[in-house]
Amino acid sequence: MSERGLTDAALPGSPGRVDLAHLWKQRWFRWPVFALGGMIVLQLVEWIADPESEELLSGGQAGAMLRWSVPLLLAGLGGMFAERAGIVNIGLEGMMVLGTWFGAWGSVKYGPVIGTAIGLLGGALGGLLHAIATVSFGVNHIISAVAINIMAPGVTRFLADEIFSGYAGGSISQSPRVASFGSVELPVLDRVSWLTIIAFAFVPLAWYVLWRTRFGLRLRAAGEHPSAGDSLGVNVYRYQYAGVVISGALAGLAGSFIVTELTGIYREGQTNGRGFIGLATMIFGNWRPGGTALGALLFGYADGLQLRDRDGVHALLLVGVVVLAVLALRRALSPKRTVVEVGLPAVIATLIVVWYLLRDTVPPTFNQVTPHILTLVVLVFSAGRLRPPKGAGQIWRKGEH
Amino acid sequence: MTAARRSRSELLLGFAAPVAAVLIALVVASIVLMISGSNPLDAWASMWEFGTRLETSVDAINRAVPLYIAGIAVALGFRMNLFNIGVEGQYILAALVATEVGTKIDLPGPLHVAVIVLVAMSVGAAWAAVPAILKVTRGVNEVIATIMLNAIGVSFVAAELLGRWDSAGQDTRTADIGESGHVPGINWLLEIFTRDVGKGRELYGFLFVAIAVGIGYHVLLTRTVFGYDLRASGANPSAAEASGVPSKRMILAAMIGSGAIAGLIGLPDILGELYHYGGDFSQGLGFLGIAVALLGRNHPGGIVAAALIFGYLDASSPILEVEGDAPREIVTIMKGVIIFAAVVAYAVTERSRRRRQVAAAADAVPTTSTEIGANP
Amino acid sequence: MTAAVELQGITKRFPGVVANDGVTFSVESGEIHALCGENGAGKSTLMKILYGMQPPDEGTMSVDGRPVHLRSPKDAIALGIGMVHQHFMLADNFTVLENIILGSEPSKGAGVLDLTAARARVEELSRAYGLDIHPDQVVEDLEVGERQRVEIIKVLFRGARILILDEPTAVLVPDEVDELFRNLRELKANGVTVIFIDHKLDEVLEISDRITVLRAGRTVGTRDAGSVTAAELAEMMVGSELPSPATGETTVTDSVAFAVRGLTIAGDGGRAIVDSIDMTVRRGEVVGVAGVEGNGQAELIEALLGLRHAQGTIELDGTDISHWSVRRRRNAGLGYIPEDRHRRGLMLDAPLWENAMLGHQARSPNARGIWIDRAGARGRTEEIVERYDVRTPNIDVTARALSGGNQQKLIIGREMLAEPKVLIAAHPTRGIDVGAQASVWNLLRQARRDGLAVVLVSADLDELIGLSDTLVVMLRGRLVATLDPARVTPRELGSWMTGAALDTGDAA
Repeated sequence: MSERGLTDAALPGSPGRVDLAHLWKQRWFRWPVFALGGMIVLQLVEWIADPESEELLSGGQAGAMLRWSVPLLLAGLGGMFAERAGIVNIGLEGMMVLGTWFGAWGSVKYGPVIGTAIGLLGGALGGLLHAIATVSFGVNHIISAVAINIMAPGVTRFLADEIFSGYAGGSISQSPRVASFGSVELPVLDRVSWLTIIAFAFVPLAWYVLWRTRFGLRLRAAGEHPSAGDSLGVNVYRYQYAGVVISGALAGLAGSFIVTELTGIYREGQTNGRGFIGLATMIFGNWRPGGTALGALLFGYADGLQLRDRDGVHALLLVGVVVLAVLALRRALSPKRTVVEVGLPAVIATLIVVWYLLRDTVPPTFNQVTPHILTLVVLVFSAGRLRPPKGAGQIWRKGEH
Repeated sequence: MTAARRSRSELLLGFAAPVAAVLIALVVASIVLMISGSNPLDAWASMWEFGTRLETSVDAINRAVPLYIAGIAVALGFRMNLFNIGVEGQYILAALVATEVGTKIDLPGPLHVAVIVLVAMSVGAAWAAVPAILKVTRGVNEVIATIMLNAIGVSFVAAELLGRWDSAGQDTRTADIGESGHVPGINWLLEIFTRDVGKGRELYGFLFVAIAVGIGYHVLLTRTVFGYDLRASGANPSAAEASGVPSKRMILAAMIGSGAIAGLIGLPDILGELYHYGGDFSQGLGFLGIAVALLGRNHPGGIVAAALIFGYLDASSPILEVEGDAPREIVTIMKGVIIFAAVVAYAVTERSRRRRQVAAAADAVPTTSTEIGANP
Repeated sequence: MTAAVELQGITKRFPGVVANDGVTFSVESGEIHALCGENGAGKSTLMKILYGMQPPDEGTMSVDGRPVHLRSPKDAIALGIGMVHQHFMLADNFTVLENIILGSEPSKGAGVLDLTAARARVEELSRAYGLDIHPDQVVEDLEVGERQRVEIIKVLFRGARILILDEPTAVLVPDEVDELFRNLRELKANGVTVIFIDHKLDEVLEISDRITVLRAGRTVGTRDAGSVTAAELAEMMVGSELPSPATGETTVTDSVAFAVRGLTIAGDGGRAIVDSIDMTVRRGEVVGVAGVEGNGQAELIEALLGLRHAQGTIELDGTDISHWSVRRRRNAGLGYIPEDRHRRGLMLDAPLWENAMLGHQARSPNARGIWIDRAGARGRTEEIVERYDVRTPNIDVTARALSGGNQQKLIIGREMLAEPKVLIAAHPTRGIDVGAQASVWNLLRQARRDGLAVVLVSADLDELIGLSDTLVVMLRGRLVATLDPARVTPRELGSWMTGAALDTGDAA
């Protein structure tokens, strides 16, 4: 059943040989190339759609894209840490909700810096709960996460009523306004929050931790083959705990970011399913930090765009066409192609082009679900190339395997 | 004799876990209330007093009816180890489309309702068929696929409603379904036993549908070959396959069946009280359905109890704010704690049950390695 | 010279079985010592005790002359004992290097991996012991033999001087076995002590210095490889008082119950996994399929049952069933005893009576039309429990509660009472104790006398020779020989299975 990527994981011939194909396999090389390619595509689309429009990749747009992609990036990295340790975390949404409230509360009381740390801890608390249930008690990962997702909004609403209601401007469903983290002026991107910079610094950091440290190796072993780790004296439970708590902390940070950097206020329901999009981001990124960042930029771009310009959203359809065309082409060039795999994206792409030509705007909710649709497309057409951790979702008990 | 005692103690253990979960939730909620400066005893007393009123009971049952259907929809998938997280999107989409169809047609009473029900079930089934097909053809994990499809479905509904608002300046809701499409209340059923139900409360006639769904689910699973096949696929897919159960067909059947039931979730409210689809339609029942199915251990009777507990919590919580005892959100916290405590308790008791059974079987059989039996 | 490892009076009991009963066993430093015995003789348990995975109930153990007390594999590793499991413990998505260093990673300080140092050390080990591997390859892309070398280096990397290999050749093809033996000799030359678990006598004689034989949990004796023959070892392993799987008089009839023609299963990359197999089984006949594991037997069985797509025809009583669904085949009289009970045969957490209808759930007495007949199914289960001597408190306990032997008797009972025309039995005595093994053999013999046609796939050569009327040998997906079990010895059969006989002899 398992489709081994034998074709693309060919043996590296002699160790010293450096060629493009080999270079392409290196993450550090591939990611910037993708990003560059994405920018070029956007520029092209913009030019085709409307030579006068500045919106698709203006400086402001680039800044917005960056800003709106941060929560998705952090949630995606969070999901990655948990799943790399073998624990599926669809509770990211709930942990992010906790992050928004705790972040807001902390910021109101102690200012944005300490507030952000408190938001992070709030999310970590959710992660800890998930870890206790799944790792210590062997509860199914989905079930535990669903419980957290149900509970978190109740907890925050309760807390908001208890605490925010006492402040001017606060109520059961919102906090007083909070200050933001502080920012720095950068070329092209305008003002960029320090927190945004920190968030993006997590991308190489996560890679380094997971692939270059003892902690990361053991954490990944817990997610790939826990029994192998166990037989070599690795305390699998400990690393699973670590993975899930880090996961919750990152989700909490994401929630806190929404409050201090995006809206400047805690509002009930403001995560708006971003935890789930974070999960989508992680899948899109093939459980890797670089890929997750790419996914976050793409999805965050869609998220940020709708706020600014409906024509831009319209033009975004063309981006979808390009993505699908590339998919179809790649399938067509692969030796294992099937009619469906090549045909379906081609047909969908054609339909989108027709739609684009017939209508001037798209429903504003359309690009809210771009990430979801794209993730489904990725799952359907690249399932064989995705490489989730082998043990993710399985309940591992020491001594029973 | 010992076997009988053992099975009785196991039954007791089965009940002990959910009861313990509710008690733990009470304790946790009490602590939270105390920390926040409320008196938990006052709060529970008001909730009890208010909750036992006839009108509140009607509210609770009306709330429990959709929850029960949601629980059954989820449980059907669970029995096959399929996580239909998509119940949420399936029922919301189904409710909107069915309501739309209901407003557009005019048929004699029962037929009108039947068409709406049929449409709702078909839409739910169709939306559930998407992840099912993706799973059997492309191996896409149904949890991820249904999460994505929930967002897509809900966003489609939102786009529909917003579009309406944009164009016609209307409220963000559909038109009303005609009189013939309403399901009459069944207060007479209660009034046989007690006084008249007041304050305009109507016990949903859809209660009967929920009961029928529960019975149908139970009969299907425990009394039919199909149900056996379904449970076998859930218990051990490879063994089921070797026994002649076509696994892909079972995934499709379970998922689509689950979606069809999910299509019904919104109808008690729409056909019994609202008669339209709009902002006042309650969302989140799909996720609560997961909780209810878990708490009820996928058993049709257990789900009744779980749905009623959640229904009563919801129906009796408004009094907390009226009386100023505590914020009503304490109830959501309780629900969460109940789910958590229950799943942990189930996981723990399940493991101890396994251990005891293995030990008991080893005791019951005096084996030495040289014993050779078998004389057919 | 002190013994590298010495075990005295080791006893280990499991519910219902005594796996080791006062085992005494001593390994000299720097030798290759084989531990032989039939399935269920207690070899694996003994090795798990030696590796600290299970504590013994009684007995003492010493390493390099010092008495030791192992609580976990960690302790064993610290004493220089390493184990290569039969099922490899490797993360597929990791590189060779990552797999090797996991758990004892060289560090540059602050928990940062020192990959350069690790790679250098692995390459050095690989050179020193002639174990050819590339540290940066992903394990997923490796052949079985290469994976085994990774496992061995993994153990050496931790400084092991005593190496335990649990049935290392079971998963290898002959060329890989040769390579493994070369590696083992190299290790020995470097002073490593090797404990080698196996039951293939020719291999054991070829590679080891001394051989210890276990039988039914007890030590039978230790011999020098130079002064013992395969026949003597076989006798030690089987003993005289234990029942052997002999069939007695022939019951083969002329009527063909099951005929397979040109059965082919295409594999990846053009090579067929199962390659134009022809096979005929007559009523009252047991056709034994011999072969080293992984030569297509499992796939053949799946194709016969309809679980796997295949070309060619399969006829049951003269009817072509090759396009039938699994259920239709089973209802038509195809019985199945799976190789892995837990995976293919049982629902471990379902009650016994539900397990007793698995595979026959759509027919009488378990069902009437679309409805399950609970009374009928429970009655049938009671009948199985009674007639096939399934030891259980009642029929409502879960299948998990039963011992392996009783689970197997339940499966055999449910297949037999369904009155099959053809029975496909895969490793029917694997992993069950000696007593249950004998009763399973009795049941198969009985079925054969009653006119059943049986396809028996097994790795236990004595079982194959003893039970079969006709023996076929499967090698790389093809049937390469048809042998007469009355005249073939395990050794000859073994050489057919490895392909050695293809060059020298011809089929009997």
